[in-house]
Parts: sequence; C-alpha cells; structure tokens
Amino acid sequence: MKILVAVKRAIDYNVKARPKSDGSGVELANVKMSMNPFDEIAIEEAIRLQEAGKAQEILAVSIGSAQCQETLRTAMAMGADRGILVQTDEEVQPLAVAKLLQALVNKEQPGLVILGKQAIDDDSNQTGQMLAGLLGWAQGTFAAKLDVQSETLEVKREVDGGLQTLSLKLPAVVTADLRLNEPRYVKLPNIMKAKKKPLDIVTPSELGVDISPRLKLVKAAEPAARAGGVKVADVQELVAKLRNEAKVI
Amino acid sequence: MGALVIAEHNNVMLNIATLNAVAAASKLGSVDILVAGHECQAVADAAAQVMGVSKVLLADAGHYAHGLAENLAPLVVQLAAGYSHLLVAATSNGKNVMPRIAALLDVAQLSDIISVVSEDTFVRPIYAGNVLATVQSIDRVKAITVRTTGFDPVAATGGSAAIEKVPPGPDAGLSSFKGEELTKSSRPELAAADIIVSGGRGVGSAENFAIIEKLADTLGAAVGASRAAVDAGYVPNDYQVGQTGKVVAPQLYVAVGISGAIQHLAGMKDSKVIVAINKDEEAPIFQVADYGLVGDLFKEVPALIDALSK
Repeated sequence: MKILVAVKRAIDYNVKARPKSDGSGVELANVKMSMNPFDEIAIEEAIRLQEAGKAQEILAVSIGSAQCQETLRTAMAMGADRGILVQTDEEVQPLAVAKLLQALVNKEQPGLVILGKQAIDDDSNQTGQMLAGLLGWAQGTFAAKLDVQSETLEVKREVDGGLQTLSLKLPAVVTADLRLNEPRYVKLPNIMKAKKKPLDIVTPSELGVDISPRLKLVKAAEPAARAGGVKVADVQELVAKLRNEAKVI
Repeated sequence: MGALVIAEHNNVMLNIATLNAVAAASKLGSVDILVAGHECQAVADAAAQVMGVSKVLLADAGHYAHGLAENLAPLVVQLAAGYSHLLVAATSNGKNVMPRIAALLDVAQLSDIISVVSEDTFVRPIYAGNVLATVQSIDRVKAITVRTTGFDPVAATGGSAAIEKVPPGPDAGLSSFKGEELTKSSRPELAAADIIVSGGRGVGSAENFAIIEKLADTLGAAVGASRAAVDAGYVPNDYQVGQTGKVVAPQLYVAVGISGAIQHLAGMKDSKVIVAINKDEEAPIFQVADYGLVGDLFKEVPALIDALSK
C-alpha cells in the first residue's frame, strides 16, 4: 500500500502571531516557519506503518510557495520516500487544498491518506474531512490509534466524551490527533539523504484545479487583551477576592 | 431561506451545545433543526421545545445512530437546497461532519465562528486565538461550525416547533461503529461548567491529580487539564483545554501548575475570572490571570480547599 501524507508549512508553534498593523492579514515577515505539528504526527504514523510492513511507499505532498520544499525535505528526512510540491503563491483555502489532494490521489492511487487534524495557523480543521467527502472515502478524524488490516482500518478517535472506535473501509482518509504518536527527531545523516530523494513540482493548473478563494478576509484584528490582574499574598486573600470582588463563588 | 442547525445528541438527550448553535443561527433568519439518529424521538421532542425553532426535521435510521459523517453528510446535502446557512456546534461531531458536507456542496466552511456580522460575514479566531479574522463568504450556502463560547444559549424550552419526518438516505457502507470508552464522571461537563479547575504538568503524576479533583469537588467544578498533563498520561484526552482540545469560557477558571503555553491560553482566555496557582512567578499564565498566587501547589491547593470549606 502507498500512503499519501499532506504536510503544511505553518507558523512555528512557539511564535505568537500578530495581525498586520493595517488589518489586512497576519504578520508573517521574518517569522519562524515549521512543519505544522499535526502533520509531523501524520508523517510519523505513515513511517511506523511502513516499518511494520503495512505500507510500501510514503509520498509527502505540500501545497504553497517554493519554500514548502523545505517542509517536504523535512518529511523526507523523517522517512517519506518522495515528495510532490503543488507550487503556487496564491492563497489556498481548505476546499482548494482538498481538491488539489483529490487530483493527486486520483493520479497516485494511495490506499491511505493521512493528514494533521488541523493546521495551527488558520485552525480550520477541514481539509481531511473535505478530501474524504470529495473522494467518497471513509474518514477517521482525530485519530489516536490506527490498526490497519487488509481491507479495513480500525481507528480509535478522540471525541468529546473520551474515545470512539470505528471500522473504516479502505482506502480511507485519516487525520492525526496529538496522541497518535510522538514524532521522531530528524538525524543529520537523514537530512543529507533526504536531499537526494525525488521531489516533483506541479502547479494547480496542471492538476486542473481552480483554487480561487471562496472566503475573503475583511479584517484581521487583535482580540481585546485581558486587563492585567493582581497577585494575591495567600489563599485567604484569594478566597476573599473571589467571594467579594469577583463574586464567582 | 433560513438556517438549518444539525442537532448534537446521543439519541436520548439533546446536547446543550446545540442551543448555542441555534443562538448563532437565530441571527441569520428562521431556524430549523435536523435530528438525525436512531430511536431518537425524545431528542426531536426536546428540539421542538427550543426557543426560536420553526421546524424539527427527524431522520431516524440505524445508520445514523453514531453520527457517522459518511452517512450524515449526504442526508444534510439533500436537505441543504432549502437553506442559506447550515450550522453545527463545533463539538468533535460537528467538526467531523460539517467539512464533509461543505465539500459535497462545493462551498467553503467557516470554522468556529464567535460572532455574526451579517448574513455572509463572520468573525472567527485564527492562530490560537491571537488573531480575530472577519471573513466574508461568497458561496450560496454558508457551512458553519459555531464556537459555543461565542454565543449565549437560547432557552431550552418555550418553543413549540412541528416535527416533520424526513426519509433516511442509504447506509454508505464505508464506516461502522465498533465501540466507545467514555470518561465516567459525576462532575459537570467541561463544556457546560460554571467553574473549571485545571491541572498542568506541575501536578506531577496521575495520583497527584486527586488534589485537583478534590479542589474541583469543593467548588462543584469540572476538571480540565493542559496538553502537557494529558500527554504525560495524568488524565484522559477529553480533559484537554486548549487550541486543539476544548475551548471553554466558564465564570471561574482555576489553573493549577499550568505554565500558560499559547495553545492552552487559546482554550480558556475568554473565561470571566481566571485564577492561577504556580510556583514560577514568571509563568505566562499570570499575564492572563485576574488573581495570581505564587506558591507550591501541594501547599496552596490544600490550604485553598480548607479556606473554601470554612
């Protein structure tokens, strides 16, 4: 089985994002970028399935500017066999990402697609579900554990009340949650090796996909900041404040 | 054209997150509710009482019992022709199904809206809530998930909507429910609690989490946790509050042994009053806390329980 994994270049999780001063978007100039953390988990899961003999090939796909090649090289340094960059400098929203991935799935015929459950930049949490819908495949979102059989996939999912287990017909789309695995650190020799792995570049128009945005950003603003609080000396003062000042207990 | 809200339920009870979604939908026009489930007449009856609901659509079939997106999405798509807006609470079920519906309709989704500006423009948090994006949709149908903390729930009673049965679609045969392990607790649910006590890595172990639970019980509170505490295995995943866990906004949020990473703050910074107890006075949690107590949680929390019990 071939596994396709989608990886997004996103703001580093340690960076606090700020809107541009004119409100036209988010300030990303000179901001550290990394692979979306959930996508690292997705790649790691694909590698573990390959190591367990359940998958033959891992294809990493990224969509965006030329710099997404770095993200693909990271994926390949972790263990992906090859990469495809769908290169564009236009804004690509989740529905368009799903359509681009659908076009690549039709071409590459993977038995499983794994994505992160959400990207920590736009926090949409949509692409995997949209892709599964477009393909008419089963979806295993917010996955905490996968058990891949020959025709089916058992997925344990993180849901509001705890965990839910579903059986999905393969091929299927899975989105990775935090507890699926702990991604490995990339070793230096693997970074060198990854530079030699094949990386193809295609464009949205070559894939025949219209990526025009459906959502228009009217304004990006900073949320109202919380007023600074006070330090209390001890629990007596805390309880007094909560009872008499905040009146919440 | 009106709005269709997909009810969140367990075939027995209407989840109150649905009331927040109805509140958002009410700002957009008339509101119908879809109850898709199995032997879920009681849920439809409850939905019919919800204030401001015009009509309840009831689709009852075995393959809707667990809200499987592969079966539910085509049903909603079939009903969508009559509506300008489709909404669902941004619960794990809502987040699972709505993007599939949107893709099948070839429309964008607006995730986690916290405010309605006009019928096509909404506010939603991005970048862990550090930026609020005002977003306009050009699609005919707006597919929306509603962040429950952004909208006060409508009243659960007082309405008298008609219940209309809709014929179920086929079982897509792509997925099946195998089982679930739900966390059993006599405490309030995180999403609905007035007071939440959360523990972080500072708590140190699963055994030590008893101290958090004891404080929660003293306050009649729900128990939450930071990602670090969940990752360390102190508590189950459904306790997690944060950007990628649950987003809560209780009257009082008590953060114990939580440093205050960006992703945790994203899940609780809209709480009315925040209390932080942490031994590190430089911890970022103190920047959002109304009341900060610097000290060892193993000393301060028992003292707090004592003081509250007096």
